[in-house]
Amino acid sequence: MSIKYFDHIASNPLLPEVLEAMMPYFKEQFGNPMSMYDLGMNAKQAIDTAREQVAGLINARPSEIIFTSSGAESNNFALKGMALARQGDGKHLIISKAEHHSVMNTARSLEKQGFVVTYVPVDKYGMVDPEAVKKSITKETTVISITLASSEVGTIEPIREIAAIAGAHKIGFHTDAVAAAGNIPVDVKDLGVDALSLSAHQFYGPKGAAAMYLKTGQRILPLIYGGIQEGGRRAGTENVPGIVGMGKAAELAALNLTGRMAHVRQLSDRLTEGILKIEKVHATGHPTQRLPGLASFVVEYIEGEGMLLLLLAKGIYAASGSACTSKALKASPVLLSMGVPTSMAHGSIVFSLGIGNTKEDVECCVEEFPQIVKRLRDMSPFAKEGWGAIKAEDASEEGA
Amino acid sequence: MYSAKLMDHFTNPRNVGEIVDADGVGMEGNPTCGDTMKLYIKVKDDVITDVKFQTFGCGAAIAVSSMITEMAKGKTLAEALSITKESVAEALDGLPPQKMHCSNLGADALRKAIEDYRSRQQAQG
Repeated sequence: MSIKYFDHIASNPLLPEVLEAMMPYFKEQFGNPMSMYDLGMNAKQAIDTAREQVAGLINARPSEIIFTSSGAESNNFALKGMALARQGDGKHLIISKAEHHSVMNTARSLEKQGFVVTYVPVDKYGMVDPEAVKKSITKETTVISITLASSEVGTIEPIREIAAIAGAHKIGFHTDAVAAAGNIPVDVKDLGVDALSLSAHQFYGPKGAAAMYLKTGQRILPLIYGGIQEGGRRAGTENVPGIVGMGKAAELAALNLTGRMAHVRQLSDRLTEGILKIEKVHATGHPTQRLPGLASFVVEYIEGEGMLLLLLAKGIYAASGSACTSKALKASPVLLSMGVPTSMAHGSIVFSLGIGNTKEDVECCVEEFPQIVKRLRDMSPFAKEGWGAIKAEDASEEGA
Repeated sequence: MYSAKLMDHFTNPRNVGEIVDADGVGMEGNPTCGDTMKLYIKVKDDVITDVKFQTFGCGAAIAVSSMITEMAKGKTLAEALSITKESVAEALDGLPPQKMHCSNLGADALRKAIEDYRSRQQAQG
């Protein structure tokens, strides 16, 4: 059975050209970029090229790119590094309620270190209101971090507006662009951001290679101290093959962005059209301001893991933000922050399309998915009576 | 993640549905993860003659429901009450640790169904 992979937001396969570019740096070009002999200089040269390629993807200067090990590291680095560097000016941060765990949990760790964090709400589409950010600003505010695009519901946030507000108040502004960079146009100058996180495996590069854009002149404290790699801002021997792969993947993404976007948009539109024909299924996220390849839904009366297992039996790979599919056994905080009731958040299903997907993949999913929903609903105590069945039961227990 | 036996009970669940004229109904839910199970029993001469279930939940919750219907059918009420969460999990060749608490609702739903049957009997008597 052929695989229909609709979980590109989790990870992507490497492009063959990317692997090919990486191979010499696993083998003969194994030198440490800090070494003075040819093996070292070749590795150093390869990193410089990759830095230019990554800078090119987001319209940054090469010197503004700091390589890291993951999107999570970049998010930790930006938030912690900027907050700590600016703590003489204040200890107040602003993030949204719909941030990725790597932003959310970094903010929480800073709270334990005496910082105060305001979590601005999102609307039913997962959208942040720039005015709400503005109103949250105090004299103590030093850093604002809002995601560029949600990896769960696809909503693209009004980053330009929020960055302008932050700029006017001389507050450092970071955006988590891990789900966006390489998949939609991202221009750091146009957006006006001070820091931005991106990750290679989100655009067909390798895992373990990521970067942070830091605008020239922005203050930051390192997460990792040691040598003078990455301008002394991120110590540790460079992941040369990974960085080379990230550079190549960034170059190809920049080159092919328009075509890739059109391809996944067409497929996800068809998928959405097909899936929304099922009763009591709701699209999540913003209807137009969204990642082109991400189609996300909640399906009433059934639970995400059951859907995933039955999809898998048909060779279809997808994701869910339901409690049962998460290791923490909690429903997606992003969906809850949008006001989706917990009962419905259990029915979360997310399809993220990529360049390898075909019309046939999508037609297969459109055909199979309604049957899977029906099969699980036939087993569900709520399908006939609606969610009322559980509420009546709760009420009677409270009464007793 | 799941045993072959559990996957079999998830993909081919036994005794799914509703018994309209059930003698006892038990509903059990886990408020944290939302798994909810409704179990229907028919009882004759103190023996469970039929069992059906409806379940909202993950693969484990559905497989547990299917398994407990097979375990309970044909048993006396006393025998059925001795079925534990552990014995259901064992019959499925084990459950992942995080699913032991969240999705293992079968034994409790069965107990509630039997209690419901008994209270209906008392009300009649």
